[in-house]
Amino acid sequence: MSAVLELKKKYTWKDAPDMLTSYLFIVPALVIFLLFGLYPFLQVFWLSVHSWDGISAVKEFVGLQNFIEVIRDQYWWQAMKQAGYIAFLALTFQNALALILALLVDQDIRGGNAFRVIFYLPPVLSGIVVGLIWGWIYDGNYGLLNKVLEVFGQGQFARAWLADPKTALTCVGIIHMWKGFGWGFVILLAGLQGIPRELYEAADVDGAGSWHKFMHVTIPMMIPVFVLVMILTILGTMQIFDIIASTTNGGPGYATEVPVTRILASMLGSSRFGYSCAQAVVFGVILLIISLTQLHLSKKMKQA
Amino acid sequence: MSGKAVRQYARMSCAGILLAMLCGIGGCSGSGSGTQPSGKKEPAKKADVVVWHWMSDRDAVFQELAKQYEGQTGQVVDFQLFAPSEAYSNKVRASAQTKTLPDIFGILAETRDFASFIKAGFVENLTPAMEADNSQWKKAFFEKALAMETFVEGNQFNVNPGIYGVPIDVMNIQFFYNKDLFAQAGLDPEKPPLTFEEFIAVGKKLKAANIQGLVSGWSEIWMINCLADNFAWNLMGRDKITATLKGDVPYSDPDWIRVFSLFKEMQDAGVLATGMITMVNKHAEQTFANGKAAIAFNGTWGVNVYRGMNPKLNYGVFLPPKISDKYPVAVWGGAGSSFKINALSAQKEKALQFLRWMTEVPQQKLLADKTMNLPSNKESAADIIPALKQFSAAMEYAVHPSQLPYSEFPRVVEAMGKGIQLIIIGSKTTQELAAELVALKQEEMKRLEAKKAAGK
Repeated sequence: MSAVLELKKKYTWKDAPDMLTSYLFIVPALVIFLLFGLYPFLQVFWLSVHSWDGISAVKEFVGLQNFIEVIRDQYWWQAMKQAGYIAFLALTFQNALALILALLVDQDIRGGNAFRVIFYLPPVLSGIVVGLIWGWIYDGNYGLLNKVLEVFGQGQFARAWLADPKTALTCVGIIHMWKGFGWGFVILLAGLQGIPRELYEAADVDGAGSWHKFMHVTIPMMIPVFVLVMILTILGTMQIFDIIASTTNGGPGYATEVPVTRILASMLGSSRFGYSCAQAVVFGVILLIISLTQLHLSKKMKQA
Repeated sequence: MSGKAVRQYARMSCAGILLAMLCGIGGCSGSGSGTQPSGKKEPAKKADVVVWHWMSDRDAVFQELAKQYEGQTGQVVDFQLFAPSEAYSNKVRASAQTKTLPDIFGILAETRDFASFIKAGFVENLTPAMEADNSQWKKAFFEKALAMETFVEGNQFNVNPGIYGVPIDVMNIQFFYNKDLFAQAGLDPEKPPLTFEEFIAVGKKLKAANIQGLVSGWSEIWMINCLADNFAWNLMGRDKITATLKGDVPYSDPDWIRVFSLFKEMQDAGVLATGMITMVNKHAEQTFANGKAAIAFNGTWGVNVYRGMNPKLNYGVFLPPKISDKYPVAVWGGAGSSFKINALSAQKEKALQFLRWMTEVPQQKLLADKTMNLPSNKESAADIIPALKQFSAAMEYAVHPSQLPYSEFPRVVEAMGKGIQLIIIGSKTTQELAAELVALKQEEMKRLEAKKAAGK
């Protein structure tokens, strides 16, 4: 009650030094945020309506021209679709694997901690290094994958996996999933361990089997965690770049181009900074819409 | 802790943080002669000339040269390394925005970006210095290398004619071949292919001997475009290429179709290594150096790279195979790396003196000996290792898009490189690529004309 009264207290000039002191505490964080967070963010919007080569002092205002061009850019949308495909792979296979592993490690198995460390290793590796290692696995001439296929008598399937437009994108997706499942694993495991054990005990008393416990206790309790993992997966995957840069460079042709490689191509390849900022804004808006939709759906699921 | 003590602590903390931030911001904005690179433990002497570069393989020699220069003249030159090259490039662009470029810097970008730097007033016109004393300094360089630093009268970028850079070394891209693998395939290791037909025949023989043919970093489209450019120059000559860039000759011209089809012919004959179109050049270099491919399309720097990877590699170098007798064989090349003088620097004269000294024969020779790069000074190229000599001799055939009065639109350049990748794997025909390039070119030309009409 006293706390509520305290909040309603009217401030006078006498309190000014105290208040000033309080605000002083947030000044450093505020300055850093304004300088390195808000200013660049607004600058991207400002540049997106200009034509600028990144060097000259003159930035020509072009209105929505850059955005119209982005909407008409077939390679941009192809890149979006391709990133969406990798995101789909990650959402399904990567997260399914992460969940299975999290459920297994949650069972107090022997060496659980060792598994945690092992499963979390790929995400901490550099994307470039991972790309180079997998590039060797997929190599058409001396690659491990082709050798394994030959050993099992399936040599007819051997190919240059990353140079074939039919397989390149999926191969890149597999590398991304291998590198990324550890994140989901750790978050899902934390979520599983956060479920009160009493709920399972109560389900046991009610005679529920493992499947029922999983469906009626684990899944509902894990929905917020699933949503978090899904959002992080989509945001992380749509922004995939380093693995592409070290394996295919967007090729063959445009087969593994993703939005970030297109933004980079516009910025550094063509020196069209305004256009690349417009691409970045469009990309950001799309990601925001996806995230909000997902949050909305998860709320509905929770209510249901 | 009392309230007063907390307030005092808060004030002191905030003041301290603000002071640190101000110092940090001040540090960020420092530039030119006073800036020190990160990682130096002792404060260096105040530099007379500050040079920003990206060449990690040459840093030690640059430092050595700086010491020599200080010994000879008393002038302190501070070479500051910012690598990798992408980070360097971004730093230079950002510094241009804040007008904090050093006295000497390099521009790692296309000609149009170089032109933008000049037009924005960041690059000193070196023509008077180059042409002083009967053009003594100018004459010291390979002509093709200096051409890349030169903007001629009536250039499409509207840059005032002049020489705006000093080439430090030169490069060109040719074919390296493994002599042992040639012998293994029953080929004469001393007779590399001269014509395209011979090249295809060599590829077939290598394939028959189960030896990989050509490797190169063709995931980087500039490298694939290099070879396309070589073929185009040999087939069409300078004038027709210029006309294409100007928009007078379409990419659907039979000569251009022929250029694109050569890649398909190489693929069909088994000349190209598997997976080459998504190969990064480092991988291609390793493959060649390890003797797993017989031919590599690579630049002058390959001499140094292969020496590091496999000192026993027995290789030779040959020019791009001839397509036609109509025009000379062309080799993509010109200035390897070059330095520009900051037009806003107060130390312009000192910077100029240093670059003049750096491009003199003894310094150029030291650079060539220690880094295996081809010197930009013609005289110092007389006494270099045999492999480099072949590259030096090929400078005569060197061509580069920047030598032409027009340049291609980046979207067209990208579409050509990507299109050739797709032709190689059979996902696109030469006609389809030609049609795509024609459409793109028209689109870009229209945009340019609209811009011109609007007076922009």
